[in-house]
Amino acid sequence: MTLEALSNAFGPSGCEAKVRRVVIDAIADKVDELQVDHLGNVIAHQKGTQYPTFKVMVSAHMDEVGFMITHIDDNGLLHFTKVGGIDDRVLPAKVVRIGPSEMRGVISVKPVHLTDRAERNKVISYDNMAIDIGVSSKAEAERLVDRGDYAVFDVAFEDLATSSSPMAKGKAFDDRAGCAVLIELIERGPYPFDFWPVFTTMEEVGLRGAQVAAYRVMPDAAFALEGTICDDGPRDGDTSPTTAVGKGPAISPMDRSVIADRRLVRLLIETAEAEGIPYQFKQPGKGGTDAGAIHLAKTGVPSVPVSVPSRYIHSPVCMLSKEDLRNTVRLMTATLQRMTPDVLSTR
Amino acid sequence: MEVAVEVVPFLKSLSESSGVSGYEQQVRDLVTEQYAALADEVRVDAMGNVIALKNGTGAAPRFRVMLAAHMDEIGLIVSMLDQGFLRFNSVGGFDQRTLMGQEVVVHARRDLPGIIGSRPPHVLSAEERNKPVPMEDLFIDVGLAQPELQEVVRVGDLITIRRPFLELRNGLVCGKAFDDRAAVVSVAVCLDMLQTLKHEWDVFAVATVQEELGVRGAITSTYGIAPDIGIAIDVGFGKQPGVSEEYSIDLDKGPALAIGPNIHPAMFSELKRVADVFEIPVQVEVAPRPTGTDARAIQVTREGIPTALLSIPLRNMHTPIEMLAVKDLVRTGHLMAQFIAALDGAFIDKLSWEEEGV
Repeated sequence: MTLEALSNAFGPSGCEAKVRRVVIDAIADKVDELQVDHLGNVIAHQKGTQYPTFKVMVSAHMDEVGFMITHIDDNGLLHFTKVGGIDDRVLPAKVVRIGPSEMRGVISVKPVHLTDRAERNKVISYDNMAIDIGVSSKAEAERLVDRGDYAVFDVAFEDLATSSSPMAKGKAFDDRAGCAVLIELIERGPYPFDFWPVFTTMEEVGLRGAQVAAYRVMPDAAFALEGTICDDGPRDGDTSPTTAVGKGPAISPMDRSVIADRRLVRLLIETAEAEGIPYQFKQPGKGGTDAGAIHLAKTGVPSVPVSVPSRYIHSPVCMLSKEDLRNTVRLMTATLQRMTPDVLSTR
Repeated sequence: MEVAVEVVPFLKSLSESSGVSGYEQQVRDLVTEQYAALADEVRVDAMGNVIALKNGTGAAPRFRVMLAAHMDEIGLIVSMLDQGFLRFNSVGGFDQRTLMGQEVVVHARRDLPGIIGSRPPHVLSAEERNKPVPMEDLFIDVGLAQPELQEVVRVGDLITIRRPFLELRNGLVCGKAFDDRAAVVSVAVCLDMLQTLKHEWDVFAVATVQEELGVRGAITSTYGIAPDIGIAIDVGFGKQPGVSEEYSIDLDKGPALAIGPNIHPAMFSELKRVADVFEIPVQVEVAPRPTGTDARAIQVTREGIPTALLSIPLRNMHTPIEMLAVKDLVRTGHLMAQFIAALDGAFIDKLSWEEEGV
């Protein structure tokens, strides 16, 4: 299963090589053209069957949130900073993989017996934590780790077969879920239009891969695939869950980074309704996506984000519904089949 | 000396099995099997303690030494089914700040893997991110919707942390429930060594239950055995950031001998002497009050029992990433075995408070 290999792969922003390998292995023989650009984006191309000059880009980002080693102290402990947005509160007592060898280490925590109540009511800031790799000296640590090495959470992908609606857990579903959908779309191609699947880098540190990829491809329209915020946990008040698991792909009319092109939003809705595919709207204004960079390329690109709802993104372990994943593939496949130049000629 | 007990595999299997205080069955089965191979008889008492007896070679009636290591672990318990998620409380002492984002197993009508959920940082205010989430606001997600959840999970179902055993480097290992299953393994190492070391005294090796809720298994098992002396084996605070130098011990420098009111001074001295003779490295742990270990109960059982405490140095206690040096665990087993082999009728006299130097 592609999502499993993608989720397990080590790939924080700027260090996506291992994810890129999984992606290229999965798509290389299914595209007409494939290049890796200066920022590490994988830019693929499937020639259109009907409208060879009408270019549609579909993107998903390969990078995940993670860490970078900033300092090795005298006790051989590794101090770190965060790459991308991670809540400090999910860090204590977690296992991480560090550097090219993906060596294990743990984010150590003082025993609860030695804390007082006031202390337990305070969040520990990441810069007061350290990773213990089981060495006792700076010299030994320096033989194993370099300053600047990346780290990610150590979590294994797993299908949760316990539910009648199948779920999966693993790390980095933001945005390996989007990558899995995009790989599936490539397998189902070609399409009437000229199809440009792009697997981007460095989304979590400011949509940076997408910015240059969109410039290079300069599509007529773009879809950004995401594993997005899903805040549907138990709640007291009647507040928005942002998206909810099990309710189908989430269409974003607007997030922090983009106001989606209304014609593309309309196309997605009409397709979902015509095909009987469940869908939901992501609560406007939350989060940002590669669409934020893509829609501002050159003179502008009509763009829309489409997402697989994923619980606990940016934490060690995420959970999604495989039904949502499947329905996102269905919605995108059906939508792309209807994607003609006419869609954009309407007002 | 070769160790026939497969130390690391045994520790791994104990660490990865589930046994929250009062629900130690799975661990009990593993321990019973291993101890049975090393002792003359094994029984389980009314509380669920595993009690193995390895007969001594002295003339009956023989003196009795008890070794106690607890096999229960801290865990969680379902308190409510809430909109497709589980609310929970703790069984034993957790720092609630270590729970978010951990994986768990809910022991319901079937075992359910789950996640202790968190809200995405994208939707939280800076103020919200600056407050730890209290235990009652945390929730577990097993990926089931409320109707299905209600069929499978009940309030009161136990939950354990799910964390695969991990080998780091330099003989350090990492996982959950090393407190106190590492000590259970050290007792197996001791029994194993006693296969070839002659010992006069009867040895009662006990894997106790419910230590984390107030050393309850030690209370009944000690009463039942009525040992002449007792040794509790537990874990001690390993040196790590944030932990004071005075009250912590080093990993990989041998077990710590506790000293203080909970410990009989002659037991301490004899363990120290044996360690010196056999060149087993040991450290001293200062315990100025009744310890939070089985030694606390053993000492005040019946008319009182001379007691010692050995602590295996451990970092990150009561988290899923407890860390220790395998060598310390083996050394603990060796120290106990040599101590036991040296016990003779005269040792009882050393425990007398009239004895010079005590």
